[in-house]
Amino acid sequence: MAELPVRLTVNGETVEKTAEPRMTLADFLRERCGLTGTHLGCEHGACGACTLLVEGAAVRSCLMFAVQADGLDVTTVEGIAAPDGTLSPVQAAMRDCHGLQCGFCTPGFVMSITALLRDNPKPTDEEIREGLSGNFCRCTGYQGILAAVHQAAETA
Amino acid sequence: MKPARFEYHRPGSVDEAAALLAELGDEAKVLAGGQSLVPMLSLRLAYFDHLIDVSRLDGLRGLTVDGASLRLGAGMTEAAVGADVGVARAVPLLARATPLIGHFQIRNRGTLGGSIAHADPAAEYPAVALALDAELEAFSASAGRRVIPAAEFFTGLWSTALEPDELLVGVRFPVWTGRCGFAVEEFARRAGDFAIAGVVVALELNGDDRVARAAIGMLGLGSTPLRAPAAEAAAVGQRAGELDGAELGRLAMSGLEDIPADLQGSADYRVRVGAELVARAWAAASAEAAGSDGVGVTAASAGAIDG
Repeated sequence: MAELPVRLTVNGETVEKTAEPRMTLADFLRERCGLTGTHLGCEHGACGACTLLVEGAAVRSCLMFAVQADGLDVTTVEGIAAPDGTLSPVQAAMRDCHGLQCGFCTPGFVMSITALLRDNPKPTDEEIREGLSGNFCRCTGYQGILAAVHQAAETA
Repeated sequence: MKPARFEYHRPGSVDEAAALLAELGDEAKVLAGGQSLVPMLSLRLAYFDHLIDVSRLDGLRGLTVDGASLRLGAGMTEAAVGADVGVARAVPLLARATPLIGHFQIRNRGTLGGSIAHADPAAEYPAVALALDAELEAFSASAGRRVIPAAEFFTGLWSTALEPDELLVGVRFPVWTGRCGFAVEEFARRAGDFAIAGVVVALELNGDDRVARAAIGMLGLGSTPLRAPAAEAAAVGQRAGELDGAELGRLAMSGLEDIPADLQGSADYRVRVGAELVARAWAAASAEAAGSDGVGVTAASAGAIDG
């Protein structure tokens, strides 16, 4: 199957590559762009590990083909910290509050929390739990993640 | 897993999309938000030689108010439907059902038309469309525009009255005015899961608190979304405050066929949950209607907000 051209903006930089139509945006970022911060857990939209921002909206990158992102603006977990490496408030809070154990789910959580707090800067416990219900942590470290969201909300 | 190979098409207009569907027929599938289709492709539960991506078509977006109805473009994302003040005022059931669809990351991509055309019996929008007697607008290169009543649209599990060359382009919802109440109740094990059962209720009271009209839609209780005609008929003409919710629940569950049974719950369990949800939704909608000032929202004022 012929590959199609894909031109998009990833973390502020223009990327021009090709992709087979069936290649997901997540695989494209990992394999074609070398951005392996985006993780793939289930590959069918259940676990949330591959969450990133497309045109500013949090989406599952395993449920979108790279060719669908042609011309769009994508932000991955690699684009969340400041250019000098300073962690974002969400990232710093995840570290401070022990919001990660094995770390596999963490990129998806960071992206979902970043979007959640942008839309709702002071969420309640219930709103956090509902907002993060689409991200699974199989280490079950949810209390630390909850604490991290509260800290990030206060420091952002 | 990874999807099987397919050819990708991104038509620039509704006409182009319809032409592609006419040319490719059964070998093609419309890709809207992809939040149900892509998992099915990835799990290799479905194969298509061609995907026709309609997710960027401007012709499938937009919201218009026309007389006593609200028309939404099929390509509106669930997030956009849920955030629209005009939708919330004109068709409260749509706005209230939206937060129960998947997770916010899913709603950012998933679309109104995609959900209805996919026709999952446990999905929220199909049940709302059926309950409110929405009209589904299909478009094809051969027949042009065709309006399908919701009552004729859902033909079976993941099956609709759409022809292989037809694209769902819009959905028209009646706007209820007067002393109305609306409620959505569903039960799921976890936030964002498909509901084990769910119920949507719309009712209107007349001047002496009797039920002028009632619509009860149900999800997760059959191979399609369902209405509860026996319960609706029993309610109309009665005083809302004197109706026994448990009896309405029993009537709504009577005669159900093809009730799903899986690890989430047996058919018997779903019926018990469904009956209770009918009672709760009826109570909530009744209370809202009784407290309503009777002015309601007119189609025109809904349009003024966001038209």
